[in-house]
Amino acid sequence: MIRSEILKEIAPIIRDHLVVCNIGLPSQELHLIDDQPTNFYMLGTMGLSSSIGFGLALSQDKPVISIDGDGSVLTNLGTLPTIANNETGNYTLLIIDNGSYGSTGDQPTYAGQKTSLAAVAVACGCENVIEVQDKDLGPVLQAAIDSDEMTVIVCKCDSGNIKLPVITLDPVVIRHRFMEAVKS
Amino acid sequence: MNIDKKIVDDFVANEISFVTTVPCKQLAGVIQEVEERDSIFHIPSNKEDEGMGLCAGAFMGGKRPAIIMQNTAIGVTINTLATLTQFYRMPLPMIISYRGELREPVACQVEMAVHTKALLAQMNIPTYHFHWQSDVKEFDNILKYTFMCNKPVAILTDANFWGGYGDQ
Ligand SMILES: Cc1ncc(C[n+]2csc(CCOP(=O)(O)OP(=O)(O)O)c2C)c(N)n1
Ligand SMILES: [Mg+2]
Repeated sequence: MIRSEILKEIAPIIRDHLVVCNIGLPSQELHLIDDQPTNFYMLGTMGLSSSIGFGLALSQDKPVISIDGDGSVLTNLGTLPTIANNETGNYTLLIIDNGSYGSTGDQPTYAGQKTSLAAVAVACGCENVIEVQDKDLGPVLQAAIDSDEMTVIVCKCDSGNIKLPVITLDPVVIRHRFMEAVKS
Repeated sequence: MNIDKKIVDDFVANEISFVTTVPCKQLAGVIQEVEERDSIFHIPSNKEDEGMGLCAGAFMGGKRPAIIMQNTAIGVTINTLATLTQFYRMPLPMIISYRGELREPVACQVEMAVHTKALLAQMNIPTYHFHWQSDVKEFDNILKYTFMCNKPVAILTDANFWGGYGDQ
């Protein structure tokens, strides 16, 4: 499965939850598949989906899912020790690991080679780390959201992209409606 | 006056409850003070752009955030300031130790000091420079200003403000 197929499959699971979505094609795909006020689309700032979602999870009680990418986690590896050492049960980090910088044309990342992000997360002190194959993600993600324990999911999948438009929503509109959804 | 205490008192008075830090020798006292306050959640970050991401999330979660970092971090955070904090219009007070100014013992620090104000000006970031201890009186107003206008705001604090470097 490629990322857009995964997002289509998990859309019903994440629909009612606060989601912070990675820059580039992941946000464009989620926006196209199931736009919700509970989605915070990153329009820039590669690497910070996990940090933004984690700051949000620490600051209110609702479940938060950060949808991140392998390339973006690699660029902000420092996020994993911070998450591990400040654990909060309402947080799920979903790393869609397609082994490539998908949004920029599928250049290979080191996560698709020798580097295991799941092993890195464990070494950083994350206690619930699950590596899962794309087709098995749904139930694992649902269980992570339902549980009171913070979970890091590394979902291994194929690289590949679909053609789709950019997000033209104004960032302040995205942020405003997201904050209203957080409060509601 | 204990400036560490005054700064953190002003945080508390302005309902700042989420503070991320990357240390600088000059900031040790204020970081310690943040750590000791019950009404503030202190989360050290590994890199300042990561810290700004945490602050963005905290703000959207209903908390008032702040970051404490060294001026060298301006070189680390330009992209995040532009594409996250400014693009989405989020408030962020940044207490910045202004290394490489008068009384600096480490030559390398001067290399970023000479760029610091120019970079902040280029970014249109409102910037205040505390040189005398009495300058801290303005801090409460700066915090109110930051959360009024929803912008990142820099407070540069130099060695003279912190009382020099002791015997080194
Ligand atoms: C600092 C910076 N460098 C490079 C880019 C270009 N860029 C945007 S998305 C992306 C790839 C992200 O890859 P990954 O997180 O694995 O997500 P995927 O698209 O594969 O799902 C890159 C390199 C950028 N936005 N910012
Ligand atoms: Mg990828």
